[in-house]
Amino acid sequence: MKIFDLGAIALVASLGFSQPSLAQGVLRIGMTAADIPLTTGQPDQGGEGQRFMGLTVYDALVHWDLTRADRPSTLIPGLAASWTVDASDKTKWTFKIRDGVKFHDGSALTAEAVVWNLDKLLKTDAPQFDQRQASQGRSRIPAVGSYRAVDALTLEIITRAPDATLPYQLAWIGISSPAQWEKVGKSWQEFAKTPSGTGPWKLTGFTPRERAELVPNKDYWDKTRIPKLDRMVLIPLPEPNARVAALRSGQVDWIEAPAPDAVTSLKGAGMQVITNAYPHNWTWHLSSAEGSPWNDVRVRKAANLAVDREGLKELLGGLMIPAEGFMPPGHQWFGKPSFKLKRDLAEARKLLAEAGYGPAKPFQTKILISPSGSGQMQPLPMNEFIQQNLAEAGMKIDFEVVEWNTLINIWRAGARHESSRGATGMNYSYFIQDPFTGFMRHLQCDLQPPAGTNWGHYCNADMDKLFNEVRNTFDAAAQAKVLERIHEKYVDDALFLMVTHDVNARALSPKVRGFVQAQNWFQDFGTITMAP
Amino acid sequence: MLTYIAKRLLHTLPVAFGVSIVCFLLVHDRPLPVQYGLWVLTTLQGDLGVSIATGRPVASELWRALGNTLMLAVLATFIGFVLGCLFGFVAGYFRGSWLDKLASFVSIIGVSVPHYWLGMVLVIIFSVQLNWLPATGAGPGGSADWAWDWVHVRHLILPAVTMSVIPMGIVARTVRALVADILSQEFIVGQRAKGLLDLGVFRHVVKNAAPTALAVMGLQLGYLLGGSILIETVFSWPGTGFLLGQAIFQRDLPLLQGTILVLAMFFVALNLIVDVVQTMLDPRVQRS
Repeated sequence: MKIFDLGAIALVASLGFSQPSLAQGVLRIGMTAADIPLTTGQPDQGGEGQRFMGLTVYDALVHWDLTRADRPSTLIPGLAASWTVDASDKTKWTFKIRDGVKFHDGSALTAEAVVWNLDKLLKTDAPQFDQRQASQGRSRIPAVGSYRAVDALTLEIITRAPDATLPYQLAWIGISSPAQWEKVGKSWQEFAKTPSGTGPWKLTGFTPRERAELVPNKDYWDKTRIPKLDRMVLIPLPEPNARVAALRSGQVDWIEAPAPDAVTSLKGAGMQVITNAYPHNWTWHLSSAEGSPWNDVRVRKAANLAVDREGLKELLGGLMIPAEGFMPPGHQWFGKPSFKLKRDLAEARKLLAEAGYGPAKPFQTKILISPSGSGQMQPLPMNEFIQQNLAEAGMKIDFEVVEWNTLINIWRAGARHESSRGATGMNYSYFIQDPFTGFMRHLQCDLQPPAGTNWGHYCNADMDKLFNEVRNTFDAAAQAKVLERIHEKYVDDALFLMVTHDVNARALSPKVRGFVQAQNWFQDFGTITMAP
Repeated sequence: MLTYIAKRLLHTLPVAFGVSIVCFLLVHDRPLPVQYGLWVLTTLQGDLGVSIATGRPVASELWRALGNTLMLAVLATFIGFVLGCLFGFVAGYFRGSWLDKLASFVSIIGVSVPHYWLGMVLVIIFSVQLNWLPATGAGPGGSADWAWDWVHVRHLILPAVTMSVIPMGIVARTVRALVADILSQEFIVGQRAKGLLDLGVFRHVVKNAAPTALAVMGLQLGYLLGGSILIETVFSWPGTGFLLGQAIFQRDLPLLQGTILVLAMFFVALNLIVDVVQTMLDPRVQRS
């Protein structure tokens, strides 16, 4: 009887305290970011920023096909209806701008508007140049040399050298409205409050660090991609347990990167936990700057042999793919590297001893890590696990923890910059979708900061020769052969601490319907509906 | 009284100056006296600079967060003060009894338990299992849409209760000691001998214990205003603690500088107010 009474009280109380029902068709997403990504066109907060505030409000000239879950995404036309490279001059690209596209403010998209946007990132003396966006976007398009509007709907881009990866690079660049920028007094600070792109979503308002609200752009040029939801709300929740609690208590309908130890309880509570392969790796990017202990290949190999990847998989409840190289196992560019990533503590200690480390000269260094972030998975427990692994091999690692966006800024500044504070590595998860993002930007000599994101200042003539070969090989099959050789060098020289690949885990309320999880960092939210 | 307030105000100035120096030294790139003068001038005009991480003015970020933390801290202080006084009076009045032991046990738990852990446990019970109260945030529309209705206030309950636990414990232990001490004094024995009823004795005890309890509570409110990083992070409550935590991880020195300065000034002002109120309640303070 008493149990019944308590149950009745609980039932009555829960009815009384239950949340007011929200309008059908509102999707609330708990992001891993600690703040709302920059809203002006080139978002910060890494791939997550681009996922939620980049390719929602804005379009790029080139898009990813996000319609399929069963195969890797490919490039498709975006704001550029088509593009060609000149047969006789491989540096000259012509993009045909899609006709009839309007920005959210009603102004028309033209080739001049695209030029204006490239100037906003690359031309420091342009009135619309924006340092905040430039710091996000400039390193994405190192191939771009010059550009001009040939006519209202034709854009010409000249690359610095022949570069077959240009379309991949342009897929990162969001096109903002010049008319809206003029209208708000030529101020990016004001533009950020009332942004205008051409994307399938319009940003209607946001409170920094708390929430952002987007509604469908009913006039979107691609009628098949007009969002079905009434609204989408983005909520920064950097702490994994807070994300899980928010989903379980019905405050959000979707969380990114759920805590692995909560997956069983989430499934038990009826939540959908979905995963899919995507081009991602989770590494320690090692510094090649002067004085870095990682300049010795024996030390790099020792660290790679010390990591217990199967143990880490157990820690993450199976939500990872143990690394066998820089690219995921079975990848088309994997090749046949001779160095095998396995746990072999004896060999690791032997290599360290050969490199001169031991009781008399213990190995000790500092690594930069973040507490959360896009693609960073569960960085705190994962890094502590690896720290323990390396300690068992005789390598003492100290961590410096900084917020994800700050880590990105340090990554752009380079290992020699004072912001790195003497760290010789950083835990960084990478988007590795194409030859440029997968390989070149990390290790190409002329992409050392501030020119690019070769954080560790690696420079090797053989590697640069291979990169050059990729840029000049426009035949896909032949290019893939070169990329295999690059990957073999990545692994055989143990250029990174290669740990794992993510499986893009996210947890969704059972009310979320119609989501197709593409094999990509970015996703299309237009297909989603909410069950009543 | 006015003389006392003026003297007390003068004592506050060096503290405020010291705090401003410490905050100022976080960021400077010109000769110290020159830059300090410029910095004080702009700060007095309400310009606390621009956040490195977000490019937004520090003042606008800070005022919004401060309002959110004030709500939380005042509610937590109220809960802590009421419960602390209740447990303290009960324990002190019935010293040695099982009631004393129970109230003392609760207050020791309050002081000892890690409040971020308690916060997570409360979330598991009341948000995840029972689904009675929300786990995070400041309302369905965020703090910008805050209203004093149930939809929003329910977001305040779990963080406020979690935050109130430490002041509750401290106030309870202080009040218990005060009550026990006052009850053992001769004037209480005399009052009882003259036939004063328990209610009358209780009134005397309250009056004598109030100044000290108030001083302790004032300090606790000061701590709560600036010391809630963990709780605000656990509950994603958009207050100054949450802001401070983010500023530290983002190495956002202007934001850190502005937040610390304003919180420290609040603390100094609270000390002043508590001293004045304490003097009004107990004239012996002024005479000393």
